[in-house]
Amino acid sequence: MWNYTDAVHDHFLHPHNAGRLDDANAIGEVGSLACGDALKLYLKISDNNIIEKAGFETFGCASAIASSSVLTDMIIGKSVDEALKITNKDIAEALGGLPKEKMHCSVMGQEALEAAIRQWKGEPPVPHAHEEGKLICKCFGVTDAQIIRAIRENGLKTIEEVTNYTKAGGACGDCKDQIAEILAAELKQQPLTELKPRPRLTNVQRMKLIMKTIDEDIRPQLEADGGSIELVDVDGKRVIVSLGGRCAQCRASAVTLHDLVQRLLREHVEPDLIVEEA
Amino acid sequence: MKTIYLDNNATTAVAPEVRDAMLPYLTELYGNPSSMHTFGGQVGRAVEDAREKMAALLGAQPEEILFTSCGSESDNTAIWSALQTQPEKRRIITTRVEHPAILNVCQYWERQGYHVTYLGVDGKGRLDLDEYAEALSEDTALVSIMMANNEVGNIYPVQRMAEMAREKGVLFHTDAVQAVGKVPFRLSETAIDMLSLSGHKLHAPKGIGVLYIRKGVRFRPFLRGGHQERGRRAGTENVPYIIGMGEAARLAAENMEAERRDVARLRDRLESGLLKAVPDCMVNGDVENRLPNTSNIAFKNVEGEAILLMLDRLGICASSGSACTSGSLEPSHVLRAMGVPFNYAHGSVRLSLSRYTTEEEVDFVIAHMPDVIKTLRDLSPFKD
Repeated sequence: MWNYTDAVHDHFLHPHNAGRLDDANAIGEVGSLACGDALKLYLKISDNNIIEKAGFETFGCASAIASSSVLTDMIIGKSVDEALKITNKDIAEALGGLPKEKMHCSVMGQEALEAAIRQWKGEPPVPHAHEEGKLICKCFGVTDAQIIRAIRENGLKTIEEVTNYTKAGGACGDCKDQIAEILAAELKQQPLTELKPRPRLTNVQRMKLIMKTIDEDIRPQLEADGGSIELVDVDGKRVIVSLGGRCAQCRASAVTLHDLVQRLLREHVEPDLIVEEA
Repeated sequence: MKTIYLDNNATTAVAPEVRDAMLPYLTELYGNPSSMHTFGGQVGRAVEDAREKMAALLGAQPEEILFTSCGSESDNTAIWSALQTQPEKRRIITTRVEHPAILNVCQYWERQGYHVTYLGVDGKGRLDLDEYAEALSEDTALVSIMMANNEVGNIYPVQRMAEMAREKGVLFHTDAVQAVGKVPFRLSETAIDMLSLSGHKLHAPKGIGVLYIRKGVRFRPFLRGGHQERGRRAGTENVPYIIGMGEAARLAAENMEAERRDVARLRDRLESGLLKAVPDCMVNGDVENRLPNTSNIAFKNVEGEAILLMLDRLGICASSGSACTSGSLEPSHVLRAMGVPFNYAHGSVRLSLSRYTTEEEVDFVIAHMPDVIKTLRDLSPFKD
């Protein structure tokens, strides 16, 4: 069970300014059904740039609804410029804090507000506010610009925190390496590469995989240059091969062995293999 | 406010009879069943009596029953033992809809170099026996397939699947945590080699489980040490809980037929009542082959956690396969494996009943659910 504050419960059960606003002159939409939460924010902005009214429609969990509700409270009466200064942190703080896994709900509020104001300013429509920057997380449609911003505004330090704030990396996880790179660039340090333990191979599995790699990846390349290769033996992590054809006479055979055969075997089979010539 | 507990697939109330049976072993009868004196010995006899009751519920021999600490320990042990006793076999077959107690363990062994086949399911969560037959090979160390799914309640044809495994000389384990006491079977008449169950889904307390191991199946202990459980699981017996488990097994055997009828009737009343009262919702799972107590309903375009919190205000306990409730960002792996559309998956609510559920409670839920869903739909930007 989530540990929600009383303010979250209150805004969820009795949301303020809920519903669409018929005379809205600015609408911002973020999220989607597939993502599991979505917010459509309606604003009525006066001629002297004051947000007179706000309304919202939200699909999502309690913290998404509460974030939307408290956001409308925060912006009514403010000028557009003042409203734009609101960060996701401000939204979360107005609710007395959100569970860290739910911080993305506050980010959604901030993004919807910006999208609405952009639309009002006549800036290019940004239907899901994901137009700028390079797409990093394909599952949730999160760009590098959004990730960098969340990192800067919230002082994020880990991939997990980035996921909590932006959802990026929260589904298939394929983009975690890219998130690590962005984090490293932001934190000005070497990327922390996640250690992924490879499955430990049995001798039989190792041997089969070596044979497959030689047959499918290495031999065709050598044959293209008139060379050939045979597997002589596998002894633990030592792979003994014999090079034939033009490779046998080639003075660069040591280079071939190291740069091609060993590199490909290490890549496809195990990183600590040692290749030797018979 | 009265609590209406419709989350019995998560855990169940301890039956009063179970509690009463346990109490003496938490007070005056504190002896160690392994002791030589009469004081401890009488406790040992009570443990064996509990074992017999469990064996009777499962249609097994008492010596085939191993008491563990929980369903997860039983699952871990079954897989461990199957792999350790057959080091030459490097394959495991399971499904994409298993409980994490199986899935995460299989993924662990996958990282150790095992090849794991995860069988898929169709839109109703049903397995394809042809796909299974194709996956079965003689170098398979273990097949582990749940007897019934915890989220949607589907019952899988494990007896048939166990026979198919036996034809290939492959061990068959089933996680029957949700099925025991709800699905009738006699293990002696099946080809199932190992079966896991958990006390707290069966009106016994949390902290007690069982692993059934068919006589003749080679076994390697997971927890080593003392000679308890005939050398198959070290650790002084959790006597009060074992006694409670025995009583829960006796009650389950006694009530199974009535429960299958009465609980199913209430479940059907709840389900059809909700489908009628709330527009745009559907049942997840295989209604033809389902646990009698489980209903998983998907409400279109609403988010499950929001539903649960509103129900909670009314004293109604349920659970959801939505992303937000799990702390992950995606709907449950079961609903995803079934390919439930996102606009339904996020709004899936599981209602699971027990022998203690009343008609009045069911009617209360039917009466209040439409308002909850309408309130949330009114808030939502997705109106169609």
